[in-house]
Amino acid sequence: MVPAGFSKRHYLTIMSAILKNEPGTGAQFAQEAINQTLEPSDKVRFLRDMVRIRNFEERSNKAYSQGRIGGFLHLYIGQESVAISAASLMGPNDHMITAYRDHGHALAVGMSMNECMAELYGKATGCSKGKGGSMHYFAPDKNFWGGHGIVGGQTPLGLGIAFALKYQGKTGSCLCFLGDGAVNQGAFHESLNLASLWDIPVIYVIENNGYSMGTSQARSSAYPEYLAKRAEGYNMAWDVFNGWDVYELRAGFHRAMHRAHTESRPTIVEIATYRYRGHSVADANSKVYRTKEEIEQYENLFDPITRWKNTLINEGVITEEDYRQLNHEALQEAEAAAQFAEQSPWPTEADITADVYHEVDHQTESGLTGKHFFND
Amino acid sequence: MSRQIDYRTAIREALAEEIERDPNVFIIGEEVAQYNGAYKVTQGLWAKYGDKRVIDAPISEAGFIGMGVGASMLGLRPVMELMFWSFAYVAFDQMINNAATVRYMSGGLLHCPIVVRGPANGGTNVGATHSHTPENLFGNMPGLKVVCPATAYDAKGLMKTAIRDNDPVYVMENTKLYGELWDVPEGEYTIPLGVADVKRSGSDLTLVAHGRAVITCLKAAELLEAEHDIKAEVVDLRSIRPLDEQTILDSVRKTHRVVVVEENKPFCGVGAQITAMIQEKAFDDLDAPVARVSAIDAPAIYSPRLEEVQLPRPMDVVTKALSIC
Repeated sequence: MVPAGFSKRHYLTIMSAILKNEPGTGAQFAQEAINQTLEPSDKVRFLRDMVRIRNFEERSNKAYSQGRIGGFLHLYIGQESVAISAASLMGPNDHMITAYRDHGHALAVGMSMNECMAELYGKATGCSKGKGGSMHYFAPDKNFWGGHGIVGGQTPLGLGIAFALKYQGKTGSCLCFLGDGAVNQGAFHESLNLASLWDIPVIYVIENNGYSMGTSQARSSAYPEYLAKRAEGYNMAWDVFNGWDVYELRAGFHRAMHRAHTESRPTIVEIATYRYRGHSVADANSKVYRTKEEIEQYENLFDPITRWKNTLINEGVITEEDYRQLNHEALQEAEAAAQFAEQSPWPTEADITADVYHEVDHQTESGLTGKHFFND
Repeated sequence: MSRQIDYRTAIREALAEEIERDPNVFIIGEEVAQYNGAYKVTQGLWAKYGDKRVIDAPISEAGFIGMGVGASMLGLRPVMELMFWSFAYVAFDQMINNAATVRYMSGGLLHCPIVVRGPANGGTNVGATHSHTPENLFGNMPGLKVVCPATAYDAKGLMKTAIRDNDPVYVMENTKLYGELWDVPEGEYTIPLGVADVKRSGSDLTLVAHGRAVITCLKAAELLEAEHDIKAEVVDLRSIRPLDEQTILDSVRKTHRVVVVEENKPFCGVGAQITAMIQEKAFDDLDAPVARVSAIDAPAIYSPRLEEVQLPRPMDVVTKALSIC
């Protein structure tokens, strides 16, 4: 089991972490106050949102293989419960920012499939007018600040968003998502120190899916156990929870957000989750650095959509037929989004130099003095 | 009502006036508050405006500059001091990947009204790591604006404009200019970005420069007139991006000869851009090839005697000017 060259102490994959945790029913978390207030309609909405994310991504994957989408496509399939649980707790002064695996977060905060799909197609109707692509979705009107391509690069930005809330005297928080591969970046550690030093209400959410591209945690982190424990080096609270149960996720996120709201203190939370697909669609080795059995084992035991569906059936909130209907609607919505993207116009050549400078775009006095672009 | 103040005081006045004008403006940087600034630009501001508006950051440029970028997305206007612009390199990802592109990649949904300021110069015998002049590097990035004031008057007016601008503006100052006294009017004024200034009129030759090289050119122009009867015009770019091409071209069309002077290295520098632009747009007006004077093309040397030689001196400009006159 332990690969050659690694001490047993250092060998910790997400699977071994998962196997140590008996997959509970989530029943104990269902009893927490934050989950007790949920209406059946909320619970169904969570399921629908997860199913929508998965259908959106399956459809985008198809479009990618058809050559409709360029560049990278980092799929979130398997992790949907994390984004929707976090988004479900956001109030008017709670904000979200994430890395490049951002489709799930974008849909979870309420961005439309149409604008997200059209962005993948590079069309003018995309959420970033076709200028950002898969890794760069933004919706400031929904408190969603991207969508950032450089690993760890968003961690100081999340700090800044939370800093701004505090500066403006608002009680809120910023949920700053990152992957297990980002925890070794310097900018993240600088952000942790500043967050704790200045009592900034930021929550760093490590979505630990076990692999930073093809490198497992055992081969990348000197800490043999929880990545979130690095918080101790910065006098910061940390928490670890499982990523496959909505009740547990909501309870965990709520603890951190409550700390941010009431104490203006940061937290690192680490969530055990798993991506079924490669690092990106172009990841040719997604079944080389891990086994097919590992992927199947996770899907069978821990798939967050199946588990939440079963929870709701057990609670009598939905039936299998309701679920099939919901899935069918999401499938149709994703298909319609692909058609929308397909039929949307491309950006024009003139669009290449728009949205570079605010002052130029708005034709202000400042935007009109001097030369900003140098092709002629 | 005119008076003389030095370059650092002029910047300090700009910072203080903008802090008072706009509650979203705050200053952050290493030693800017309780220490009163490594170069005393921010002296007294913390005592006057307190912890909220003037913030000491740990040595953590990627952290606090990235934080400022994030805060600006929500409407704050951070003015972030780099003790030296050379330290920008540890914050490059935040200053380029985030600050310069977040507006573009969001299709214009976001903007990033930040200022990063501090000294960017050699000539102080602190070795190569502390002597970088990166105006060409940042000027190369669409989305960024770069300003290099040469005088106290310009420093104040450009700084106020930079703070009010809704795009990221990187202001590169010069420690060797901080103590220089200049006429600066009382009261408020601003100088638009992208407008060059003719610092000295002349008919025989144009010297184009920015930052401290402007001062070098003004001295060279005096020598050229006194010793060679050559009347040199000195065009101070003030702003690298946006760039005032028209003022350069107007001067070239008057004098027909140009020397482009900079304290940066020659390869892919601002001077290269200006030179290419002049030959393309004013070729028929030139009576001689466009000449350039730059720092000697090596990392900044420590040796005090030689660092003086490495950077353009008035005599270097005179010699180059005579070669084309």
